[in-house]
Formats: sequence, C-alpha cells, structure tokens
Amino acid sequence: MTILRTAALLALVTMPASGAEIWVTNEKDDTISVIDVDTLEVIRTLPTGERPRGITFSHDFSRVYICASDSDTVQVMDPVSGEILHDLPSGEDPEQFVLHPDDRHLYIANEDDAITTVVDTETRRVVAQIDVGIEPEGMAVSPDGKVAITTSETTNMAHWIDTETQKLFANTLVDSRPRHAEFVKDGRELWVSSEIGGTITVFDTATQAEIAKIAFEVDGIHPDRVQPVGFEFTQGDSHAFVALGPSNHLAVVNAETYEVEDYILVGRRVWHMAFSPDKDLLFTTNGVSGDVTVVDVAKRTAIKSIKVGRFPWGAALRP
Amino acid sequence: MKPLAALMLSLVLLPWAAVAETRIDVTYLHVETPQPPVLSNLDPEPADLGLAGAQLAQQDNATTGRFLGHVYTLDAVSIPLDQDPLAAARQALTGTDLLIVDAPADVLLAIADLPEAAKALIFNTSAEDISLRSQDCRANILHSAPSLAMRTDALAQFLVKRRWTKLAMIEGSHPEDMAFATALEHSAEKFGLKIGARKTWAFDADMRRQAAQEVPLFTQDLGTYDALLVADETGDFGRYIAYNTWLPRPVAGSEGLTATAWAPVVEQWGAAQLQSRFRALTGRQMHPQDYAAWAALRSIGEAVTRGATSDAPTLHEFLMSADFELAGFKGRPLTYRAWNGQLRQPIPLTHPRALVTQAPLEGFLHQRTELDTLGLDAPESDCAAYAA
Repeated sequence: MTILRTAALLALVTMPASGAEIWVTNEKDDTISVIDVDTLEVIRTLPTGERPRGITFSHDFSRVYICASDSDTVQVMDPVSGEILHDLPSGEDPEQFVLHPDDRHLYIANEDDAITTVVDTETRRVVAQIDVGIEPEGMAVSPDGKVAITTSETTNMAHWIDTETQKLFANTLVDSRPRHAEFVKDGRELWVSSEIGGTITVFDTATQAEIAKIAFEVDGIHPDRVQPVGFEFTQGDSHAFVALGPSNHLAVVNAETYEVEDYILVGRRVWHMAFSPDKDLLFTTNGVSGDVTVVDVAKRTAIKSIKVGRFPWGAALRP
Repeated sequence: MKPLAALMLSLVLLPWAAVAETRIDVTYLHVETPQPPVLSNLDPEPADLGLAGAQLAQQDNATTGRFLGHVYTLDAVSIPLDQDPLAAARQALTGTDLLIVDAPADVLLAIADLPEAAKALIFNTSAEDISLRSQDCRANILHSAPSLAMRTDALAQFLVKRRWTKLAMIEGSHPEDMAFATALEHSAEKFGLKIGARKTWAFDADMRRQAAQEVPLFTQDLGTYDALLVADETGDFGRYIAYNTWLPRPVAGSEGLTATAWAPVVEQWGAAQLQSRFRALTGRQMHPQDYAAWAALRSIGEAVTRGATSDAPTLHEFLMSADFELAGFKGRPLTYRAWNGQLRQPIPLTHPRALVTQAPLEGFLHQRTELDTLGLDAPESDCAAYAA
C-alpha cells in the first residue's frame, strides 16, 4: 500500500501531467471524443444523444452539458463515469447554449423554433422562452450575468436579452448568417461572427452601437469561402483566434486594433475551438476532415492533427 | 472586403414598439399551364409548387420584420387556363409593384411589358429559358430560378471532372425537352464534351410495362459512350432508362444525376434547417421551384431589412448593388448578375438519395467568381436592358 502510494507520487513528480482534457462533440457519430492535452491522443469516446453540438461544463466541472440536437434535449453527463445523469428540457432542436455566471441557468438556442429557452439546471424546469429571429444559434452571456445574447442565422441579428426580465431590450443587425457571439474585455465588447457575410461585428455593450467590423482575406481563397464561425480569446483577451470555416484557416485578430495579424492552415471546415488550461495550445474542430487540429498559440502554427469522430463540432476544456 | 453601407451602421432597434411601420406587399402570380400526360403518376406536381416556398420566405421575413417594424404581406393569385393572365396581372399591379411570377416565358414577358409594370419589380421563379437572360431580358425582371444553361453547365463540369467526355443523348419531343437538349449541347461545346449519337424518344407503348424490353434495344445503336444524357423535362419516359440501357452506363440530365436549383437531399450549409422548416410548413419536400420562390421573397426581405424601403425601384437598385447578399443555404452568398438580373447560385448535382457534388466544381476558374462559370457570362449575354 505504502509502496504503491509512493510509486504514484513518484509518477506524479516525474511526469508533469496536467490531466487536462479537451472534449469534442461529434455531430454525426453521436459521441464525444476526449483528448488528453498532454499526450494529444483520444483517450475516451463516450456515447451521447443524437447530433451532439454545443458542449459546456459546470463551473466545478462536476457535470457536462451537451446539446443533443436531434434528441431535442440537453443531456447532463457525469464527466468521470461518462454516464448520462439526466436530460434537461431544452425546447426543440437545441444547437448551442451558454451557462449563466450563476452556474445554474442555461440559455439555449432552439434552432428550429426561433426561440431561446432558459432552463434552471437545478429544478430542471424551463424558466422562460423568448421569441427571437429565425434559426437562433450563437449564445453569449455577459460576465456580470445581466445580458444574454442570441444570434439568429436567417434574421441576421444579435438579440439582446435582459436576464432579469427575460425580455429583449435591443436587436442589432449584423451581416449574413451570424454564428457565434462572445463578450470580451470584462464584458465591455460583444463580438459576433457572420458566416456568409464574412465578418465579425464588434459592439459596445453599454450602447449596443457597432464600433468595428473585421473582415478577412486569405491568399488564394475566394472571399465567399472565407466564413468566420467560432472564435476564442487568448490570455488577457489580447487576441482572438477565429475559425474561418471552409477556407480551412484560423485568423489571429489583434483585439485592440481589430486587425488580422496571421492566418493558420488547419483542417477542413473549421468550426469551434477550445484552449488548454494555460492557453498555450488551441484545439480546433474540423467538421469535414473529421479531426482536431492542435495549434501552438505562441508560434501560431499547427502542430498536430488528431482523428476524432465524424463531423466534430463543439469543444470544451476539462482542466 | 466590401463597402459597408452607412445605413447598416449601428441599427439599434427596440423590439415591437416605437418603430415606424413599413409595409411590404407582394403578390405571387401563378399562371396555370396545360400539363402533358406522362407515363407514370408516381410524382404528381404539388398544387402549391413554388407558392409554398414564397410562403416560407414570408414567414422568415415577417419574423425579422417584427423586430424592425416591417410588415410583410403575401397575396397569392392563381390564374386558371381559361382566364386572361394579363388582366390578373394588371389587377395585382394596382395593389403592389412587387410581383413573384410563375409563368411561361411569353406570359412573363407580356406581364413585364404592361404599362402598369413599368416601375414594378418582377421575380421570375420558374421560366428557365436562356433567352430571358439574353436578348429577351427586361429591366424590370430578376431571375431567382437558374437558367437552363446554369443547370447544364453544372452537369458538364461534373462530366469533365469525371472524364466522362463521350456522351450519347435521348431527348423527348416536348419543347421543354428540346430546349434542355439544346442547352446540353451548348454546355458540351463550352466544356469540351462530345455528344455522339442522339435519339428522339417517340414511343407510344406504355413503358411502365415495356421498358425492360424496349430500352435495351432502343439504346443498342448509340455506339460507345461514357454517360447517357436524357432530356425529358416533363418527366415522361426518363425514369425508365436507368439500368435498362444496352451498355451499363450512368444516366444524367433530367433523370439519374440531375442539376437543379434545389433538391430534397441537400443538407449541407444549414440546408437541413431550411428543409425541415419547409416540411413543417407544407408536409412535403422542397422542390427547385419552391426554392426559387423562397429566394425571390427572401431577396426582397433582405433588401428591405438592409435598406428599409418598400419602393420597387429602390429595392431593385439595392439588390443589384455590392451591399446585397443573400444567405441561401448553399455555402456562399448569393448575388444578382449586373448584366442580366440572374441570381448567381451554386447548383447541386444530386441523385434521388444524395447530393453527389455541388457546382461550380473545384478547378473551374473565373476572374470574378467561380459562380460565373455557370450560365451566361457577361460577354455571352445580349441583354440590353441591364447593359443600360
């Protein structure tokens, strides 16, 4: 017993293993691939409901929430056992969601119904349903929890929801087919990507006024195919890494000047991404090539492709 | 990347209340045409073909309009065979300048040439005639339906890619079949394919029972070829050709591998959502003509959303400008060609069970956009109305 413990302790000391994992939803395999951040290998494949897309962890990482779009539910999984604990009522066709800073309420985009559903994960009840535009997808919530955002792909708007009243208080137009939204810089700015418009619109949160628009240009690729979708921010929100869909590139955007500094070749139809714990590695889901590209954030180069399931979509870090 | 219209800047809008109302009234005109008999009744034409697509777009527009104070109405008018379509069009034009028209080319042109239509904006959602995008174009018509040339160019690109360059063709004897066959011929020439033997389908026998015996014999003297083209746009005999040819060869054109604006098997680029919204609304699958009508009314909606006007000439100008683009579930923004008012769009190549690929195919290049490798490019079009 003592020997075993000593051996385990020694192993921990000699191998600086973080134990961190990247969880990737495979839209057309109904599974999650779990990637070990140290070995960059898939160490587990877990079955889910139909067409898993959005994925996020509770704040203490004791539960993982999964949008099982075609099962019309949000599943709650125990990340240790991989067992589905229960389903949450989610409205029809949940595609993407965001967990409120209160660690309790999920704001869910119901793609087929033009509705945003608010679910209390403790009581497992629907708290509110809010009419939004056609094909809601991108979801964000401000760090102070006061504002939630739904973007609608066909209506082409960011809908601003007051989380106190669960009512819309503003609707701002963006370019065609908005896909993803994030609050940055302590909530002062809201970024929204437009897939078909080929831009990211930056809003001032306080006034909902547009303050910048970022466009992309990849050498040798027609602008039509440069389609920003998911994006994430580096340490201190200094740079954004933006997935550019079928152009098979990431863009690195300076978040202060709004200028694109670099493009990085990754897998085909890159969708979403997640960082390693200290944000030195970035993992992108590549829908068409069925793999995950690992990017060295400091060097801005792809260092490895990891085969996952069919049509990887969402990604989340489990530290 | 593109100029940003001043009017798009920071539109911060209150929901529902306190917004000035803009009304956008659109009339959908369906002119009934006689349908020739076909060998099989397996696929009857839906009664609301086309119109259902407009109804879906009406819902899409109304939802967006709700946030902006834009109110959309769609009036559907169906003109029976024994009634004068021009009288109905005149009547419709008293209420609106925005028409979506499902009519043969001659009727479409007669409507566009009405004095009442001088300031109207008419969307052609069904007539695929190449002449409408060339010498017979009109300044008040936009085409959301692809031309025959766009469809046959898409097919030709695929045949080139697969190196199925030696072709044979069977064509029906309806005017639609012959127009399609001519378009196939032009596309073959444009992309360097060779159509060898051509035969006209002119059987009287009921092919539901006789196909297995007749088609092998009928195709025995077509010589050697890589793929067999079938020009049967009314859906009469074509379905009986596949697997019954003398040589084992793929069938393409009106049957087998088809190139259309839309098909129920299209699911990429968010298309699955459009398909499921359409199915929920209508209980049936979405046809190419439904897509064309949807794209027409969504074009109007998108232009109103971005330009906030319901005035037809202003809308038309905006639709032709660099600020307009439509997200049409085909993976690229859709825009209108400046030289003839044709909606640029990728063309899915499908068989009944799946998407095979989508044109323009990789490797077919164009100085403006690869989408312009499909259909009439500026130098090929004799459209004077848009050149002005």
